[in-house]
Formats: sequence, C-alpha cells, structure tokens
Amino acid sequence: MKTTLAALLATCAALPALAAGEIWVTNEKDDTVSVIDVETLEVVRTLPTGERPRGITFSKDFSKLYICASDSDTVQVMDPETGDILYDLPSGEDPEQFVLHPDDRHLYIANEDDAITTVVDTETRQVVAQIDVGIEPEGMAVNDAGTVAITTSETTNMAHWIDTETQELFANTLVDSRPRHAEFTKDDSELWVSAEIGGTISVFETDGQTEIAKIEFEIDGMHPDRVQPVGFEFTDDQKTAFVALGPSNHIAVVNADTYEVEDYILVGRRVWHMAFSPDKSLLFTTNGVSGDVTVIDVANREAIKSIKVGRFPWGAAMRPTTSG
Amino acid sequence: MKLDSQNIEKKSPLSEEDTVVIARPSRLRAALIALVAIVARECLRFLQQRGRFVAALVRPLVWLLVFAAGFRAALGLSIIPPYQTYITYETYIVPGLCGMILLFNGMQSSLSLVYDREMGSMRLLLTCPLPRWWLLSCKLLASTAISILQVYVFLAFAALIGVHPPWQGYFLIFPALVVAGLMLGALGLALSSFIKQLENFAGVMNFVIFPMFFLSSALYPLWRMAESSPLLRDICAANPFTYAVELIRFAFYQQWNGTALGLTLLFTAIFMGLAIWGYDPGRALIRRKG
Repeated sequence: MKTTLAALLATCAALPALAAGEIWVTNEKDDTVSVIDVETLEVVRTLPTGERPRGITFSKDFSKLYICASDSDTVQVMDPETGDILYDLPSGEDPEQFVLHPDDRHLYIANEDDAITTVVDTETRQVVAQIDVGIEPEGMAVNDAGTVAITTSETTNMAHWIDTETQELFANTLVDSRPRHAEFTKDDSELWVSAEIGGTISVFETDGQTEIAKIEFEIDGMHPDRVQPVGFEFTDDQKTAFVALGPSNHIAVVNADTYEVEDYILVGRRVWHMAFSPDKSLLFTTNGVSGDVTVIDVANREAIKSIKVGRFPWGAAMRPTTSG
Repeated sequence: MKLDSQNIEKKSPLSEEDTVVIARPSRLRAALIALVAIVARECLRFLQQRGRFVAALVRPLVWLLVFAAGFRAALGLSIIPPYQTYITYETYIVPGLCGMILLFNGMQSSLSLVYDREMGSMRLLLTCPLPRWWLLSCKLLASTAISILQVYVFLAFAALIGVHPPWQGYFLIFPALVVAGLMLGALGLALSSFIKQLENFAGVMNFVIFPMFFLSSALYPLWRMAESSPLLRDICAANPFTYAVELIRFAFYQQWNGTALGLTLLFTAIFMGLAIWGYDPGRALIRRKG
C-alpha cells in the first residue's frame, strides 16, 4: 500500500516535469528559430540560423537540433542549450525536408532542386548515398523498424519507397497532385501521404504498397481549391490524425480507424506543419502567412491561443525540458 | 363575508391617526412592494406576449445563422483583444447580438411606456406616493431582467449550433449584461419621456436603434471600420452601444475592460438623469403653462 502510494506521489510529482518543454519553430523568411515555452505559451528565445530554415528535428536525446537551411544548401546542427551552430552537414542542394532514421545516425534529406534524396551519416558527417527520385522531392518518412524510407516528389506526384539496407528504390506509388508530407503509422502497417493540390491524403498498406483509402476534406463556405492538406501528425494512440490544410486556415481532425474527418479547427493563415507538446495535450501549428503558431487543446479540439513568431513559420519540433 | 362587512360598518370609525398607521407601510417596504409589483407586472406582460418573446429570439438568431454564415469568409480573420486566437465571424458577433437583444428590448420597454401613458396606466403609476426616480428605476430593473432572460435563451440556442464562449463566460457576462441592460433601458426611458404618441416610435427605430446597432463594434471590429473610413470608426467609438458590446465581449472571455465599464456606467447615469428630468411633473407643468 505504502509502495503504491509512493509510486502515485512520484508519478504526480513527475507530471509537471513531463509536461514542461519547448516547441522550436523555423521562420522561413527571418532566418531564425523561435523557441516557445509550452507552459507559458510565450516565445522565450529567437536564434539565428542559415538562410531559409525549413525542416527541423531533434536527435533522440534532444542534445542536437538539425535544421534544413535551404538557401544555404546545408543542414545545420545546433546546440539547443546555447543556440550555437555547432557545424554544418553536407546535404546536397536546397534541402527542404528530412527525417532522422531510428538509428539516430542517418538523415534522409530531400533535395528539392536536384530530384535526389541524400543520406548523410551525422557522425562521420559524410554523404553515404544519393538516390534519384522524382522531380521536386519534399516529404520524407522512415518507418519505425528503420527498413523503409519514403520520399514524395511534388511534380512527379509519387511516393518513392527506399530500401534503407541497399539505399535503392524498390517501389513507386502514384498519389494525388503535389504530395507534401508522408508519415508511417506507429505499427508500420500504413503509410499516409498528403497531396496539396489534390486535396487528399492517400493511405497505403505498407506490405504491398497498395492504396487502401483516400481521405478528402470539405470545409463549409470554403472553396475546395483552398483546402490543401500539407503536414500532419498522429496522436500517441494512433486513433486520431491532425492534418494542416494550408490556405484554408484549418486543421482537420481525422479518425485514423475509419478515415473520416470528424472536425475542423480554425487556426492562422496558411497552416503548414505542427508538433505536439511533450505530454501530447497541446498541438502547435505553424501558420506561414499570419506569422504565428496556434495552440490547440487536443482533448477539446479547440484553438486556445495564437503566438506571434517570426515571418513565415514553417517547421516545428518538440524538445522536453526538466524545468518547470 | 356579508356579515363581516356589516359588522365593520357597525363599528365605531377609527380615528384618522389609526387609519394611517394601518394603511401605510414603511417607506422601504413600500418601495420594495412597488419594485416587486412593477417587475412582476412587466414579467407577466412579457410572458403573455409570446410573439414578442419569439421575435426577440428570432432576430438575433437570424443574424447568427444567416448573416454571419454569409459573411464568414468575406470579413477575414484577425486576433484582437479579448480573443487569444483566430475566431469565426459567428463567434465574433455573439456579444454584439446579446447587445442587440438588450437594445431592442430597452426600446421595446420604452414603447410600452408610451403605450401606458396613452392608456393612462402610466399616470396611475406616477401618482404613487413614492419618489419618481424610484418608480422609473423599478421600470428599468424590470426591463433589464427581461432582457437578460432573453439573452440567456439566445445563448443556449447559439451553443446548440456550436457557437459558445468559454463556460466561465456565461457567469461572468451576468454583471456586464446588468450594466449594459440598465444603460440601454435608461436610454429607452429617456426617449419615452420625449415621445408623445405611439406613432412617433417609428422614428426611434430609424434614428436610434438602427444607427446605434450598425455604427458600433457589434458587427465589425473598429479596425475594420477604420479601413473603410476613419470618420466611421470615430462615430462608432463615440457610440455608447459600442462600449456596452465590448463590456459583454470582454466579460465572455474573462477579461477586464475598465474603459467600457466606466463609460457604460457614465452613459447609464446620463440617460437616467435625462429620463428623470423628462418625467419631472414640474417640467410638464411649466411646458403646459408656456
């Protein structure tokens, strides 16, 4: 009984620490990263980066921050504690999006202008492979097992399936017009790919690379052309997906089991990507045109605040902190 | 019963002093009796006028369901206090529509005062041996109570169609509704003291209600007005109704707006002063002589 009580108290004491964290947002036009405190919902730091920062992700232990500095043609590595740029990684030209392999070592980078996917070893700081993909690659994903990487190409309208052992393509699947983002479900059974101009999300079965569902979006009073799915994230239980709908200024809430849209949440203008708070209770969306980040209460599916950041916020990544 | 009355008739008459002691309650009690009687009469009248209740509800609901839906995309989005994030147009106009209910009901009450005056019941009320300002205040409280009841029914309908502020807002708007309701009711009272006939009330509709409603922040934020015309924005900023609406809007979102509260109270005092002056029998006597 005493042990249970102690464990309960320890859990309760640990809760604030779990919830504490930061959301790091790249500001495409300002060449900066804004750091938002999850508890105060305020920008606590603004740090300079290379030109046109877009994709952003942390190493597994959150000791390093990787930033795609697209117009500087490099991936920058930042110390999140000090905000100093530690070194640059070779990335190929115009890196837009990337994904860190579960081995915490290899970055898969989409080189928009060169129609290739570059694989970089972050330890040796060497390019280990360059894979030809479709025109204007953007969306990047790696499955949890680390065996398959995906690149989506905006102009070819395809999802390219890469074997991470051989670093070669083993399948290409057509999706709707201008695919922007790809994500595997946690159990690796499905791949979701958003198509910005097509206005859909295609769901593929990963075993046979066959399309099993297509999710469409419709907002009352909104012209269909403005409903453009871009970034999306799954909740931890994989039951719900939050999808950014670009210039429609809404986030769609999708039931990941039935593929039905359950709700739409109004956010800022041209919503692009998003990141969850450490305890997944809040979702932070980057709104490019309005230059802010909208905070969504996940449980109530309600926007609670919009926070001004730099010009054209693009990507977002979460970093837990112990303070707080 | 008949016997009793006969018995009473047979009794020796009470002295004049005794009669006064039995018939006249204390001043405070008399004032409260008057308040309860006037509020009860107004409530009873309102409940009997189902058409008025439906009309009071339909008007803001039509604005919410038809007008707001049509203008949703056209009016664009912006974050302005007290809002913390982007809101739909429906959400924006709800406080304005609460103000609309208070405004129309305040005017409706003044219309009923004109009617009462034409029918003679007003004269009966004003001959009551209580201060005139108290009688008018009772009228004002009665009309405000009815307005607030209508606002909450409207908010319940709005919530049913998914337009709702934070739940705490439903409690916090109550004092804001009281203050705003008193101000608009006092305006109605003041107007009714100057309107001699029921027919003239159409002028109130055209020259008071519509300009007050449209030239305010009820339908559009002031920055939007300033975009089209700075003069229009200044007129809106000088409109007392704007401050009543903003007081309700800020209360909905648990935020303090001292300027709105101060100005609403100030305008309440001015309108009430005008009403008391307008209903002053001495003034009427002077006018008649003149």
